Amino acid sequence: MIGLSPKLTQKLAWGFVWLAGIIAVLTLVFIIGYVLAKGLSAISPEFLFTEPKGGLSGEGGISSCIVATLWLIIITMAILIPLGIGAAIYLAEYAPDNKFTRLVRYSVELLAGVPSIVFGLFGFAIFVLALHFNYSILAGALTLVCLLLPFLMRSAEEAIRATPQSQREASLALGATKWQTVVHVIMPAAMPGIITGIILCVGGAVAESACLYVTMGGSAGMPSSFLSGGRTLAVHVFYLAMETNALDKALATGAVLIILILIINLSTKWLSQRFQAKMSGET
Amino acid sequence: MSRYFIDRFSRRIVFIFGMVAFLILVFIAVFILKESLPALKEVGVVNFLFGTKWYPSHDAFGILTMVAGSVITALLALVIAVPLALGCAILLAEVAPPRIRNIIRPAVELLVGIPSVVYGLVGMIVLCPVIARLSGTGSGSSILAAAIVLAIMVLPTITSISEDSLRAVPIQYKEGALALGATRWQAIHHVLLPVARSGITAAIILGTGRAIGETMAMIMVIGNSPIFPTSIFQPARTLTGNIAVEITAATGIHESTLFATGLVLLTLVMLINSAGLLAYRRRA
Repeated sequence: MIGLSPKLTQKLAWGFVWLAGIIAVLTLVFIIGYVLAKGLSAISPEFLFTEPKGGLSGEGGISSCIVATLWLIIITMAILIPLGIGAAIYLAEYAPDNKFTRLVRYSVELLAGVPSIVFGLFGFAIFVLALHFNYSILAGALTLVCLLLPFLMRSAEEAIRATPQSQREASLALGATKWQTVVHVIMPAAMPGIITGIILCVGGAVAESACLYVTMGGSAGMPSSFLSGGRTLAVHVFYLAMETNALDKALATGAVLIILILIINLSTKWLSQRFQAKMSGET
Repeated sequence: MSRYFIDRFSRRIVFIFGMVAFLILVFIAVFILKESLPALKEVGVVNFLFGTKWYPSHDAFGILTMVAGSVITALLALVIAVPLALGCAILLAEVAPPRIRNIIRPAVELLVGIPSVVYGLVGMIVLCPVIARLSGTGSGSSILAAAIVLAIMVLPTITSISEDSLRAVPIQYKEGALALGATRWQAIHHVLLPVARSGITAAIILGTGRAIGETMAMIMVIGNSPIFPTSIFQPARTLTGNIAVEITAATGIHESTLFATGLVLLTLVMLINSAGLLAYRRRA
């Protein structure tokens, strides 16, 4: 920077950081705008309510993918929510501060960084092959539970820790057991934060593809139960893009995905704003 | 049932739930190691890790080509993403007025939520034809296309952790610099960035972990040919892609080599993320 005055250097630096911000926002606007502009026009009731026909032309709609995605989310959440909240309660309220607890915490952080496809391999080996669930929505859901668990634990624990210590002490002083305190005092206070975490996990389940690609089999037909194979909307985008010429249908399915993600994102924003308003209004 | 019984019972249940994540990690390591052993024995560790030929039908299983594909793509993605992410982090933490910040930050956060297949799709349709025109050959499926898509995907991770570390620097440091007559940029460049260095390092390392692990978007734009990368305009294959493309059709020793690919990927990502977590704890 020799020869440039500090003022000029600052101007150049400001120019660069603004440029970086503008590039980030424009990239987002472009990706969302492109997929919606090209995809929305192909979305019709017929597209949403007919099954994909398969083949090179990618005829048909996405009804079976919507059903498979719903099945997957329901089973995943039915296992993930009690497991994740219970684990978070343990780490926040019961775990002693010792080496073992630190090891457990560290393993949660490492698990959060394990790539999706490695979860897929694990789910393929244990759920699809060893436990004989075959390629199924159940195998996909169990794999997804493993993948999402560290994220739900993290947000639930944060929400539990944020409840004031004085409320715990008041409840215990009134003679409540620790568990009664957890259920009747801590949980209601932590609920908005936990719900935000759950919604984000639903978003993760909608967006996830790699670990489901290798555990759910990818059949395009309508799943008859959670033991049959299937493909989620995200996996369907992959199949359409790689194995058919129907890029318009891939974009339409992508547009459905983006709308779902936008709804999920906005609802978490709305929830946390409402929660903050409530907190500052009442206390 | 008395409430004391419920209290003791619940304590045990949540303890068991608390251990599940730890057990999953152990199970993943054990299962993948166990499934890889036949391949490592038959092919040989050295041949497997340093072989550059991958022809499953001719029993040639060398994954150096895919290791190079993953590492080169991730590094190129970082070269693109790090300056942009640092620029965004400085803008969000120090420069932008709150009104603008409230537009940029949700936009960057939304980038995280968009499914990887959507990035891959837009990359295929928009980016690959441009690269094909630039290079003059092929379909444009290439390391460069993969790196650009990956750069967009890791941008939010690096931006948000870097921004947090810049904000964590005590305000007195900046005020001290400004009081000595430094411009705001001099204060950022000579005081804030050095103090936040370990947080920013952590951000970059954790971004690298994410980049190495990305699968579906990579398959869609990199071309998936197991060719040793010599040019960024060439197609290549990543470790993640190698597993996803072949696992559902593989049997016997071929299947085992894919688990061994997973083992290499897992080891690589664990080393990277451990380094990142270590740096994150040391941050200002």
